[in-house]
Amino acid sequence: MRFFEDIKVGQRRELGSFTFTADSIKKFAAQFDPQRFHLDEEEGRRSLFGGLAASGWHVASACMKLLVQEGQHLAREAAARGEEVVAWGPSPGFRDLRWIRPVLAGDTISFATEVQSLRPSASKPEWAVVEARHTGTNQRGELVFSVLATAFVPRRNDMAGRR
Amino acid sequence: MRGGGLEIATNRGHNLARSNYWVVTMLCFEDFKPGHLGRFGPRRITREEILAFAAEFDPQPMHLDEGAASRSMLKGLSASGWHLCSIIMRMMFDGFIGRTASLGSPGVNELRWLAPLRPGDEVTLDIEVTEARVSRSRPTTGIVMFKAVASNAAGQALCEMVSPIIVQRRDDIALGQAG
Repeated sequence: MRFFEDIKVGQRRELGSFTFTADSIKKFAAQFDPQRFHLDEEEGRRSLFGGLAASGWHVASACMKLLVQEGQHLAREAAARGEEVVAWGPSPGFRDLRWIRPVLAGDTISFATEVQSLRPSASKPEWAVVEARHTGTNQRGELVFSVLATAFVPRRNDMAGRR
Repeated sequence: MRGGGLEIATNRGHNLARSNYWVVTMLCFEDFKPGHLGRFGPRRITREEILAFAAEFDPQPMHLDEGAASRSMLKGLSASGWHLCSIIMRMMFDGFIGRTASLGSPGVNELRWLAPLRPGDEVTLDIEVTEARVSRSRPTTGIVMFKAVASNAAGQALCEMVSPIIVQRRDDIALGQAG
Protein backbone atom coordinates (compact mmCIF):
# COMPACT_ATOMS: atom_id res chain seq x y z
CA MET A 1 0.00 0.00 0.00
CA ARG A 2 1.22 3.42 -0.89
CA PHE A 3 1.48 6.38 1.43
CA PHE A 4 -0.21 9.74 0.90
CA GLU A 5 3.14 11.13 -0.26
CA ASP A 6 3.37 8.57 -3.11
CA ILE A 7 -0.06 9.38 -4.55
CA LYS A 8 -0.66 12.05 -7.20
CA VAL A 9 -3.91 13.40 -8.62
CA GLY A 10 -4.50 11.89 -12.06
CA GLN A 11 -2.68 8.63 -11.30
CA ARG A 12 -4.51 5.75 -12.98
CA ARG A 13 -4.17 2.03 -12.38
CA GLU A 14 -5.71 -0.83 -14.33
CA LEU A 15 -7.08 -3.35 -11.85
CA GLY A 16 -7.66 -6.37 -14.10
CA SER A 17 -10.94 -7.96 -15.08
CA PHE A 18 -13.76 -10.05 -13.64
CA THR A 19 -16.06 -12.36 -15.60
CA PHE A 20 -19.65 -12.62 -14.41
CA THR A 21 -20.84 -16.16 -15.05
CA ALA A 22 -24.55 -17.00 -14.84
CA ASP A 23 -23.80 -19.15 -11.79
CA SER A 24 -21.94 -16.39 -9.95
CA ILE A 25 -24.69 -13.85 -10.77
CA LYS A 26 -27.38 -16.17 -9.39
CA LYS A 27 -25.35 -17.12 -6.32
CA PHE A 28 -24.78 -13.50 -5.32
CA ALA A 29 -28.39 -12.58 -6.10
CA ALA A 30 -29.83 -15.50 -4.13
CA GLN A 31 -27.98 -14.28 -1.07
CA PHE A 32 -28.28 -10.50 -1.35
CA ASP A 33 -30.53 -9.32 -4.17
CA PRO A 34 -33.09 -11.93 -5.25
CA GLN A 35 -34.93 -9.72 -7.74
CA ARG A 36 -36.27 -11.85 -10.58
CA PHE A 37 -34.02 -10.36 -13.28
CA HIS A 38 -30.91 -11.34 -11.25
CA LEU A 39 -32.02 -14.97 -10.78
CA ASP A 40 -33.58 -16.17 -14.01
CA GLU A 41 -32.52 -15.85 -17.67
CA GLU A 42 -36.09 -15.54 -19.01
CA GLU A 43 -37.07 -12.90 -16.44
CA GLY A 44 -33.87 -11.06 -17.28
CA ARG A 45 -34.70 -11.07 -21.00
CA ARG A 46 -38.16 -9.62 -20.26
CA SER A 47 -36.70 -6.89 -18.01
CA LEU A 48 -35.16 -3.53 -18.95
CA PHE A 49 -31.78 -5.29 -18.74
CA GLY A 50 -32.43 -7.64 -21.68
CA GLY A 51 -30.75 -10.66 -20.10
CA LEU A 52 -29.69 -12.26 -16.83
CA ALA A 53 -28.13 -9.23 -15.11
CA ALA A 54 -25.71 -9.09 -12.19
CA SER A 55 -26.84 -7.24 -9.07
CA GLY A 56 -25.28 -3.79 -8.97
CA TRP A 57 -23.86 -4.70 -5.59
CA HIS A 58 -22.19 -7.73 -7.15
CA VAL A 59 -20.52 -5.43 -9.69
CA ALA A 60 -19.40 -3.04 -6.93
CA SER A 61 -18.10 -5.93 -4.82
CA ALA A 62 -16.14 -7.33 -7.78
CA CYS A 63 -14.54 -3.89 -8.20
CA MET A 64 -13.54 -3.95 -4.52
CA LYS A 65 -12.09 -7.45 -4.95
CA LEU A 66 -9.82 -6.24 -7.75
CA LEU A 67 -8.85 -3.09 -5.83
CA VAL A 68 -7.74 -5.22 -2.87
CA GLN A 69 -5.90 -7.65 -5.16
CA GLU A 70 -4.04 -4.77 -6.81
CA GLY A 71 -3.23 -3.25 -3.41
CA GLN A 72 -1.81 -6.55 -2.20
CA HIS A 73 0.20 -6.92 -5.38
CA LEU A 74 1.72 -3.43 -4.88
CA ALA A 75 2.42 -4.25 -1.23
CA ARG A 76 4.32 -7.41 -2.18
CA GLU A 77 6.38 -5.44 -4.68
CA ALA A 78 7.15 -2.75 -2.09
CA ALA A 79 8.14 -5.41 0.46
CA ALA A 80 10.45 -7.03 -2.13
CA ARG A 81 12.18 -3.67 -2.56
CA GLY A 82 12.62 -3.48 1.21
CA GLU A 83 10.13 -0.64 1.62
CA GLU A 84 7.77 -0.26 4.53
CA VAL A 85 4.32 -1.76 3.87
CA VAL A 86 1.25 -0.42 5.62
CA ALA A 87 -2.38 -1.46 5.69
CA TRP A 88 -5.12 0.62 4.05
CA GLY A 89 -7.41 2.63 6.21
CA PRO A 90 -11.16 2.23 6.06
CA SER A 91 -13.42 4.22 3.75
CA PRO A 92 -15.88 6.84 4.99
CA GLY A 93 -18.09 6.27 1.94
CA PHE A 94 -18.67 7.11 -1.70
CA ARG A 95 -20.68 9.39 -3.98
CA ASP A 96 -22.12 9.25 -7.48
CA LEU A 97 -22.19 5.48 -7.91
CA ARG A 98 -23.69 4.76 -11.33
CA TRP A 99 -24.80 1.45 -12.82
CA ILE A 100 -24.61 2.77 -16.35
CA ARG A 101 -25.31 -0.38 -18.37
CA PRO A 102 -26.39 -3.84 -17.30
CA VAL A 103 -23.71 -6.46 -16.65
CA LEU A 104 -25.07 -9.63 -18.22
CA ALA A 105 -24.08 -13.28 -17.83
CA GLY A 106 -20.82 -13.88 -19.71
CA ASP A 107 -19.67 -10.25 -19.59
CA THR A 108 -16.06 -9.54 -18.64
CA ILE A 109 -15.62 -6.20 -16.90
CA SER A 110 -12.22 -4.47 -16.73
CA PHE A 111 -11.88 -2.16 -13.76
CA ALA A 112 -9.60 0.85 -13.34
CA THR A 113 -9.10 3.58 -10.76
CA GLU A 114 -7.96 7.18 -11.10
CA VAL A 115 -7.07 9.57 -8.25
CA GLN A 116 -9.33 12.65 -8.27
CA SER A 117 -8.30 14.53 -5.14
CA LEU A 118 -6.00 14.23 -2.17
CA ARG A 119 -5.84 16.08 1.16
CA PRO A 120 -4.58 15.58 4.70
CA SER A 121 -7.32 14.52 7.12
CA ALA A 122 -8.47 17.40 9.32
CA SER A 123 -9.41 15.16 12.24
CA LYS A 124 -6.76 12.41 11.98
CA PRO A 125 -3.26 13.90 11.52
CA GLU A 126 -1.58 10.57 10.72
CA TRP A 127 -3.99 9.99 7.81
CA ALA A 128 -4.89 11.61 4.52
CA VAL A 129 -8.10 11.33 2.49
CA VAL A 130 -7.91 10.22 -1.12
CA GLU A 131 -10.84 10.40 -3.53
CA ALA A 132 -10.68 8.10 -6.56
CA ARG A 133 -13.02 7.36 -9.48
CA HIS A 134 -13.30 3.60 -10.00
CA THR A 135 -14.76 2.50 -13.34
CA GLY A 136 -15.79 -0.74 -15.01
CA THR A 137 -15.79 -1.27 -18.79
CA ASN A 138 -17.22 -4.29 -20.59
CA GLN A 139 -15.63 -6.37 -23.38
CA ARG A 140 -17.19 -4.03 -25.99
CA GLY A 141 -15.49 -1.00 -24.45
CA GLU A 142 -18.73 0.36 -22.93
CA LEU A 143 -18.61 2.01 -19.52
CA VAL A 144 -20.90 0.01 -17.22
CA PHE A 145 -19.97 1.13 -13.70
CA SER A 146 -18.53 4.21 -12.06
CA VAL A 147 -18.12 5.37 -8.46
CA LEU A 148 -16.34 8.23 -6.71
CA ALA A 149 -14.92 6.54 -3.62
CA THR A 150 -13.13 7.99 -0.61
CA ALA A 151 -10.53 6.25 1.54
CA PHE A 152 -8.07 6.99 4.31
CA VAL A 153 -4.39 6.46 3.42
CA PRO A 154 -1.49 6.71 5.89
CA ARG A 155 1.00 9.61 5.82
CA ARG A 156 4.65 8.70 5.65
CA ASN A 157 5.91 11.88 7.32
CA ASP A 158 3.94 11.17 10.42
CA MET A 159 5.06 7.53 10.55
CA ALA A 160 8.66 8.71 10.36
CA GLY A 161 8.02 11.28 13.08
CA ARG A 162 6.77 8.63 15.49
CA ARG A 163 9.87 6.50 15.33
CA MET B 1 -46.24 6.14 10.75
CA ARG B 2 -44.60 2.79 10.32
CA GLY B 3 -45.12 1.09 6.97
CA GLY B 4 -48.19 3.21 6.19
CA GLY B 5 -47.69 3.21 2.44
CA LEU B 6 -47.34 -0.55 2.35
CA GLU B 7 -50.70 -1.19 4.04
CA ILE B 8 -52.56 1.09 1.65
CA ALA B 9 -51.09 -0.75 -1.28
CA THR B 10 -51.93 -4.25 -0.14
CA ASN B 11 -55.55 -3.32 0.57
CA ARG B 12 -56.11 -1.63 -2.73
CA GLY B 13 -58.03 -2.99 -5.68
CA HIS B 14 -58.90 -6.40 -4.19
CA ASN B 15 -61.95 -6.67 -6.45
CA LEU B 16 -60.03 -6.31 -9.71
CA ALA B 17 -60.06 -9.07 -12.28
CA ARG B 18 -57.62 -11.93 -11.94
CA SER B 19 -55.62 -10.64 -14.92
CA ASN B 20 -54.73 -7.67 -12.78
CA TYR B 21 -52.99 -9.83 -10.17
CA TRP B 22 -49.76 -7.89 -10.66
CA VAL B 23 -51.50 -4.55 -10.04
CA VAL B 24 -53.17 -5.76 -6.88
CA THR B 25 -50.23 -7.48 -5.27
CA MET B 26 -47.30 -5.34 -6.28
CA LEU B 27 -46.41 -1.93 -4.89
CA CYS B 28 -46.33 0.61 -7.70
CA PHE B 29 -45.04 4.14 -8.07
CA GLU B 30 -48.30 5.56 -6.69
CA ASP B 31 -47.76 3.74 -3.38
CA PHE B 32 -44.55 5.62 -2.57
CA LYS B 33 -45.20 8.99 -0.94
CA PRO B 34 -42.58 11.13 0.81
CA GLY B 35 -42.25 10.11 4.45
CA HIS B 36 -41.18 7.14 6.57
CA LEU B 37 -41.87 3.96 4.63
CA GLY B 38 -40.93 1.39 7.21
CA ARG B 39 -38.49 -0.14 9.66
CA PHE B 40 -37.14 -3.55 8.71
CA GLY B 41 -35.16 -6.22 10.56
CA PRO B 42 -33.49 -6.74 12.90
CA ARG B 43 -31.15 -9.09 11.11
CA ARG B 44 -28.30 -10.67 13.07
CA ILE B 45 -24.97 -10.77 11.24
CA THR B 46 -22.65 -13.63 12.16
CA ARG B 47 -18.85 -13.73 12.19
CA GLU B 48 -19.00 -16.53 9.59
CA GLU B 49 -20.98 -14.33 7.17
CA ILE B 50 -18.52 -11.46 7.65
CA LEU B 51 -15.50 -13.70 7.04
CA ALA B 52 -17.08 -15.40 4.00
CA PHE B 53 -17.94 -12.13 2.25
CA ALA B 54 -14.54 -10.62 3.05
CA ALA B 55 -12.70 -13.70 1.80
CA GLU B 56 -14.51 -13.50 -1.53
CA PHE B 57 -14.71 -9.76 -2.20
CA ASP B 58 -12.71 -7.69 0.30
CA PRO B 59 -9.85 -9.72 1.81
CA GLN B 60 -8.29 -6.89 3.82
CA PRO B 61 -6.86 -7.95 7.20
CA MET B 62 -9.30 -5.66 9.07
CA HIS B 63 -12.19 -7.80 7.76
CA LEU B 64 -10.50 -11.22 8.13
CA ASP B 65 -8.03 -11.31 11.00
CA GLU B 66 -8.75 -10.43 14.64
CA GLY B 67 -5.16 -9.42 15.39
CA ALA B 68 -4.75 -7.13 12.40
CA ALA B 69 -8.28 -5.78 12.91
CA SER B 70 -7.56 -4.80 16.51
CA ARG B 71 -4.60 -2.71 15.31
CA SER B 72 -6.63 -1.03 12.54
CA MET B 73 -8.46 2.30 12.73
CA LEU B 74 -11.70 0.37 13.35
CA LYS B 75 -10.18 -1.38 16.43
CA GLY B 76 -11.66 -4.84 15.95
CA LEU B 77 -13.06 -7.18 13.31
CA SER B 78 -15.64 -5.45 11.11
CA ALA B 79 -17.60 -6.35 8.00
CA SER B 80 -16.63 -5.03 4.58
CA GLY B 81 -18.60 -1.89 3.79
CA TRP B 82 -19.72 -3.59 0.57
CA HIS B 83 -21.04 -6.48 2.64
CA LEU B 84 -23.13 -4.01 4.65
CA CYS B 85 -24.41 -2.51 1.35
CA SER B 86 -25.39 -5.99 0.19
CA ILE B 87 -27.11 -6.72 3.52
CA ILE B 88 -29.05 -3.45 3.19
CA MET B 89 -30.08 -4.52 -0.33
CA ARG B 90 -31.37 -7.84 1.00
CA MET B 91 -33.23 -6.17 3.85
CA MET B 92 -34.81 -3.74 1.38
CA PHE B 93 -35.78 -6.69 -0.84
CA ASP B 94 -37.38 -8.56 2.06
CA GLY B 95 -38.96 -5.37 3.38
CA PHE B 96 -40.59 -4.02 0.23
CA ILE B 97 -38.64 -4.29 -3.03
CA GLY B 98 -39.58 -7.97 -3.36
CA ARG B 99 -43.22 -6.89 -3.76
CA THR B 100 -42.55 -3.69 -5.68
CA ALA B 101 -42.87 -3.39 -9.47
CA SER B 102 -39.22 -2.32 -9.44
CA LEU B 103 -37.25 -2.03 -12.65
CA GLY B 104 -33.90 -1.61 -10.92
CA SER B 105 -31.77 1.31 -9.80
CA PRO B 106 -29.51 3.63 -11.79
CA GLY B 107 -27.13 4.13 -8.88
CA VAL B 108 -26.47 5.58 -5.45
CA ASN B 109 -26.18 9.35 -4.95
CA GLU B 110 -24.31 9.12 -1.70
CA LEU B 111 -23.36 6.48 0.84
CA ARG B 112 -21.61 6.99 4.16
CA TRP B 113 -20.14 4.24 6.34
CA LEU B 114 -20.52 5.77 9.80
CA ALA B 115 -19.53 2.98 12.20
CA PRO B 116 -18.20 -0.56 11.83
CA LEU B 117 -20.56 -3.55 11.53
CA ARG B 118 -19.33 -6.11 14.11
CA PRO B 119 -19.89 -9.87 14.36
CA GLY B 120 -23.16 -10.52 16.22
CA ASP B 121 -24.61 -7.07 15.50
CA GLU B 122 -28.35 -6.89 14.87
CA VAL B 123 -29.04 -4.56 11.97
CA THR B 124 -32.25 -2.54 11.70
CA LEU B 125 -33.06 -0.63 8.53
CA ASP B 126 -35.15 2.55 8.36
CA ILE B 127 -36.37 3.61 4.95
CA GLU B 128 -37.65 7.05 4.13
CA VAL B 129 -39.00 8.17 0.76
CA THR B 130 -37.54 11.61 0.13
CA GLU B 131 -38.96 12.21 -3.32
CA ALA B 132 -41.22 10.49 -5.88
CA ARG B 133 -41.64 11.82 -9.39
CA VAL B 134 -42.68 10.56 -12.81
CA SER B 135 -39.74 9.84 -15.09
CA ARG B 136 -39.34 12.34 -17.91
CA SER B 137 -37.46 9.96 -20.18
CA ARG B 138 -39.76 6.96 -19.48
CA PRO B 139 -43.20 8.31 -18.47
CA THR B 140 -44.62 4.84 -17.76
CA THR B 141 -42.33 4.72 -14.73
CA GLY B 142 -41.55 6.82 -11.71
CA ILE B 143 -38.35 7.54 -9.81
CA VAL B 144 -38.55 7.00 -6.07
CA MET B 145 -35.69 8.43 -4.04
CA PHE B 146 -34.90 6.65 -0.78
CA LYS B 147 -32.83 7.42 2.25
CA ALA B 148 -31.83 4.21 4.03
CA VAL B 149 -30.27 4.20 7.49
CA ALA B 150 -28.88 0.96 8.93
CA SER B 151 -28.40 0.92 12.71
CA ASN B 152 -27.14 -1.56 15.30
CA ALA B 153 -29.04 -2.70 18.42
CA ALA B 154 -27.63 0.24 20.39
CA GLY B 155 -29.27 2.60 17.90
CA GLN B 156 -25.94 3.71 16.45
CA ALA B 157 -26.17 4.48 12.73
CA LEU B 158 -23.77 2.26 10.74
CA CYS B 159 -24.53 3.40 7.21
CA GLU B 160 -26.62 6.00 5.43
CA MET B 161 -27.51 5.76 1.77
CA VAL B 162 -29.46 7.93 -0.67
CA SER B 163 -30.49 6.07 -3.81
CA PRO B 164 -33.26 6.09 -6.44
CA ILE B 165 -35.18 3.11 -7.76
CA ILE B 166 -37.29 3.03 -10.91
CA VAL B 167 -40.83 1.81 -10.26
CA GLN B 168 -43.61 0.98 -12.69
CA ARG B 169 -46.71 3.20 -12.57
CA ARG B 170 -49.94 1.37 -11.71
CA ASP B 171 -52.04 2.93 -14.47
CA ASP B 172 -49.52 1.84 -17.02
CA ILE B 173 -49.48 -1.76 -15.81
CA ALA B 174 -53.29 -1.92 -15.71
CA LEU B 175 -53.60 -0.59 -19.26
CA GLY B 176 -50.87 -2.88 -20.50
CA GLN B 177 -52.56 -5.97 -19.12
CA ALA B 178 -56.10 -5.04 -20.13
CA GLY B 179 -55.30 -5.57 -23.79
